Amino acid sequence: MQLIINGKTKEYQEPLTVLHLLQQLDLSPERVVVELNRHILSPDEHNSTELKSDDTIELVQFVGGG
Amino acid sequence: MLIYLNENPLKIQIGSRLYTLRDKKQCDADILIVNGHPASVDLELKEGDHVVMIKRGEQPSAEELESLMMARHTPGVHEKIKRGCVGIAGAGGLGSHVAIALARVGVGQINIADFDVVEPSNLNRQQYFIDQIGTPKVIALRDNLKRINPGIKINIFNLKVSPENIVELFGAVDILVEAFDAADQKAMLTNYFLSHFPDKFLVAASGIAGYESSNSIRTTRIAEHFYLCGDGITAAEPGCGLMAPRVGIAAHHQANAVLRLLLNKLPE
Repeated sequence: MQLIINGKTKEYQEPLTVLHLLQQLDLSPERVVVELNRHILSPDEHNSTELKSDDTIELVQFVGGG
Repeated sequence: MLIYLNENPLKIQIGSRLYTLRDKKQCDADILIVNGHPASVDLELKEGDHVVMIKRGEQPSAEELESLMMARHTPGVHEKIKRGCVGIAGAGGLGSHVAIALARVGVGQINIADFDVVEPSNLNRQQYFIDQIGTPKVIALRDNLKRINPGIKINIFNLKVSPENIVELFGAVDILVEAFDAADQKAMLTNYFLSHFPDKFLVAASGIAGYESSNSIRTTRIAEHFYLCGDGITAAEPGCGLMAPRVGIAAHHQANAVLRLLLNKLPE
């Protein structure tokens, strides 16, 4: 299936949850913000949310400092 | 005709001049401001002019102070900014700078939460003073803000922000500024706030450490109500510290994003 992640289209194998996607991208779930189809996902939805073809995802991983 | 003297309506004769008015109303005033600009020469007053007279060294009243403080604003923005209510989560390098910028422009209400006390290692970048070491940051920051602009409402919360208290602390704000240090806390706040308040704005920061180029710090719209300031990658870690200039630049990106949102402009 095709996913649009931060504006770039890429092929992924189904089935794929948000949590699996984060693991594939080597992102740390407790430091990220995930917007799926213009809706901010709460972290407890990462494991239960299955991605579908043409989903649009914005991913931000925070780094420390303030 | 009607003019405003120190923000109070006043009827004067057509053709009245500034210096005549000063001599009549406040002859010891040595600073005269007409429509937001210092007047260095006498001039004829016009209908609707705003005139402020101040004696140097004398503490003006609250209304006069507000009028004077905002005299250099772009016209027409002050009332909108004054109606704004902004939350600041974290009163460290980011939060202390953001709070001061927002207080200076006259944001009417600011809610600030932080659990920490001022310590010497903070002073390389945070807006505190040596005599405030050991004081809870929110108390020290409120004291500093009151010295800058006593006319705004500041609510402080000396506690750790968590999912259990975010609604109570920041449920009433129009815009929340994420100003934490730790990456997981930044993500926790952003996720919780944006999923619980999809109609409110959040302005966060990430990638502000070190002394890389100033120009790598940007304001980016991540989602409809989510803006991020910073370079996105430069973490604070051993070998890459946090320093006043770059932290200040990112904080002022955040403050300007808040200001633009209050004035119905897109920050990006």
